[in-house]
Amino acid sequence: MAFAVPSRGARRTAKARRGFATPLILLAPALLWLIVFFIVPTISLASQSLQTGDIDNGYVLTWHFQNYADALSRYWSQFARSFGYAAIATIGTLILGYPLAWFIAHRSGRFKTMLLVLVVAPFFTNFLIRTLAWLIILTDSGPVTAFFRATGLTNLLQAVGLTDNNSLLFSHFAVISGLIYNFLPFMVLPLYSSIERLDLRLVDAAGDLYANGWNKFWKVIWPLSLPGVVSGTLLTFIPASGDYINSKLLGNTQTVMIGQVIDSQFLRVLNYPLAAALSFILMISIIVLVGAYVRAAGTEELV
Amino acid sequence: MSETATRKASGELRLVELVRTYDEFVAVDGIDLDVPAGSFFALLGPSGCGKTTTLRMVAGLETPTAGRIFLGPNDITNTRAHQRRVNTVFQSYALFPHLNIIDNVGFGLRQLKVDNWKPKAMAALELVKLADRAKQKPRQLSGGMQQRVALARAIVNEPEVLLLDEPLGALDLQLRREMQIELKRIQSEVGITFIHVTHDQEEAMTMADTIAVMRAGRIEQLGAPSDLYDRPATPFVANFLGQSNLLPFAIDGQTGGLVKALSHGHTFLVRPDQLPSGVLEGLQLGIRPEKLRLVSSSDRTLTNRMDGVVSDVSFTGVATTYLVRMPWDQEITVTQPNDGSNRARLGEQVTLGWDPHHSFVVGAS
Amino acid sequence: MAWLRRNVVVILGLLVLGYILLPNIVVMVFSFNKPTGRYNYEWNHFSLDAWLDPCGSPGMCEALGLSIWVAVVASLVSTVIGTMAAFALGRYRFRGRASTNLLVFLPMATPEVVMGSSLLTLFVAMGMQSGQTTILIAHILFTLSFVVTTVKARVASLDPALEQAAADLYATPSQAFWKVTFPLVAPGIGAGALLAFALSFDDYIVTNFNAGATTVTFPMYVWGAAQRGTPVQINVIGTVMFLGAVGIVGIAQAIGARKRKAD
Repeated sequence: MAFAVPSRGARRTAKARRGFATPLILLAPALLWLIVFFIVPTISLASQSLQTGDIDNGYVLTWHFQNYADALSRYWSQFARSFGYAAIATIGTLILGYPLAWFIAHRSGRFKTMLLVLVVAPFFTNFLIRTLAWLIILTDSGPVTAFFRATGLTNLLQAVGLTDNNSLLFSHFAVISGLIYNFLPFMVLPLYSSIERLDLRLVDAAGDLYANGWNKFWKVIWPLSLPGVVSGTLLTFIPASGDYINSKLLGNTQTVMIGQVIDSQFLRVLNYPLAAALSFILMISIIVLVGAYVRAAGTEELV
Repeated sequence: MSETATRKASGELRLVELVRTYDEFVAVDGIDLDVPAGSFFALLGPSGCGKTTTLRMVAGLETPTAGRIFLGPNDITNTRAHQRRVNTVFQSYALFPHLNIIDNVGFGLRQLKVDNWKPKAMAALELVKLADRAKQKPRQLSGGMQQRVALARAIVNEPEVLLLDEPLGALDLQLRREMQIELKRIQSEVGITFIHVTHDQEEAMTMADTIAVMRAGRIEQLGAPSDLYDRPATPFVANFLGQSNLLPFAIDGQTGGLVKALSHGHTFLVRPDQLPSGVLEGLQLGIRPEKLRLVSSSDRTLTNRMDGVVSDVSFTGVATTYLVRMPWDQEITVTQPNDGSNRARLGEQVTLGWDPHHSFVVGAS
Repeated sequence: MAWLRRNVVVILGLLVLGYILLPNIVVMVFSFNKPTGRYNYEWNHFSLDAWLDPCGSPGMCEALGLSIWVAVVASLVSTVIGTMAAFALGRYRFRGRASTNLLVFLPMATPEVVMGSSLLTLFVAMGMQSGQTTILIAHILFTLSFVVTTVKARVASLDPALEQAAADLYATPSQAFWKVTFPLVAPGIGAGALLAFALSFDDYIVTNFNAGATTVTFPMYVWGAAQRGTPVQINVIGTVMFLGAVGIVGIAQAIGARKRKAD
């Protein structure tokens, strides 16, 4: 990479004097780390995915594209389920996160900082411990299940196929709820920073210009909070689609996600080429999905 | 010679053939300028005229592409910002948000390793009447107060030249007027050379004793405010400093020591000393709106006269401004003081008159 | 009805906040449980046993110590090299800047399971023994991008006039950096470091790929416990971490508020 030409700008002169080497020196350690431990492993993963052999006799690069065909034909349903779960969970966090972010940003007064801390604080309790707590919350004999049964919500969930056996645990519903719970703060924080910057007078102005409640939201508030929505959905969707903790702890054999398959192919079955092919498919799918999404949302400058 | 006088004497700034280009764009196109020590000097021009770039080169924040900068006898072209006895009041004030007011003001003194910096910084704060705010953070102060802190932070170092980059731009009109007077007072108190960059002609005329009008990287005209206003040299200056009515004319002989100027079929009299020497083509006669009078058609006291129809009237209290449409379709602006002068109604046929001593002549653009 | 309309966002917000905090409350309550079997999933009766003997579960405190050590070292390294990179990206314009930004973004867009497995293939290919070193390498990698992004935002939002003002007030470039730029960027660096610590301390998936058979971090310990039986002590640790985080921020806030009042 070349670092020769600093572009125009007010800061230029003061910096240009120090020479072009400065940014390179500053970047060197981080770049080195990213290249050696991210780019190289990704290439190594790609190469692994095209190899044949077994763990005892070693693997050889044979450009065996069949690994990909195998991976897709055997596990397409887990891929589909992972992206489906991730999409539903992302929409769920958005729906839940928006009012909370708005409440903290504009209605919490002097409790603002405290509420932000409460959103972040759960991070400091290990997420596995917190996910295990959902086993207690959603247990058959608990008040939540009793409430769902009393209000007929269990029947509704069962009717759409999200739960079965008249219970909440170990179901699609439990896994998706766990995903929503785990990634909600990742949605709330970027939403908060976008919504907080939003000038409420604009909403009044929209009202002045005859916008009703819905149009105020849809034509003014939503577009202005879009940067937060985009980064929040990315921060939720990407890790959620690769997650398997929730499906393993809160799900059943019908909720297996692709991360679970990759994990077991790598660490238990030791079928490295297949596992690598699965990883690579997951990575490429996410890059394609995210790329399309970012383009559609029209925010190129994300990071 | 006293110590102050020595400092004053060295506060003279000289720019020689100063050029600054960015890739293809020429921001400053060869400026020669002498700013005498102790003066209040304004660089005036529209945005993009190169005035701020010039200022930043003097501050050491931009490197000239060509040319030299002298501060007193010293060539400072190649010294860096922190080595120059020049301080700047930034447009955004650039107060350090993490330091309180007194630490902001004392920043330069501490860098210069001045003993006993605190009383000096306090004295500077007193000069700008903010001594009671010393312990506060910049964000706790209003815009006007921040502006004064920025000023105190610069002058406390007793620089040889103080640079002000649109310092009043962010203030409202009322505050701006107050600060104009305040700046003028402080300048005469400390005696430092002030160089003031602004696009506001009124601000420049109120404060500066010399104004350089800049346009497209060059100095268009230089002089005292009253000279620039009464005798602008170009149509640009005539319209940038105040408003002017310009009438193209050709010279048509002389009469009684005055030049006869033929314009749109009228003959106007012009003082010969106002004609730019050697220029005979593209001359324009300029008359300020307040120098024109609404006269009755029988009144012959003013020799320069023309007729038109009032097309707009706006009353501002101290005066009334009329737009008068001439037969050649030009709209002439006329301002009449509210002192019992003649008035006119919309659509009325009026005669405009002016004294030959009250007009000026500019060359072609 | 009008009251409801006006406050609907407050009510919804509080409900969602309750949803976020509910598991922590459950964890806290069950830290006082005395379970009947190996799993701490059903309430039996109140007991302080686990609080009085927090290291009573064999291996847990060792795992906790390792996690803290890894999180400290990893966040320290990634904060230092990430901050350097953030300055380069935030204030210099150079060829290759856009691709460097992309390179920094990619690890954040990579699911942990992919990152963990690709690192594993590298370590296997290099014949590197899994253990503390490989965990550290992995943790520095996935925290690095978050540090760069956090600090870069802060660097980019800095008014360049401030550093110019410092230079104008006779500060050399290095003085201007340490007296003006660094103090102003410091909150961003602190936030980045805290984020790195939290991410590292909490990570299970990447760690599980690169820890090897004998190295056990706290999340790995919890995972193992979930398969074999959950000791009450993990709830104690979870509660202490949660209250500790809230308490530290609360105290910092109170001090900040008092300082502002004193000014």
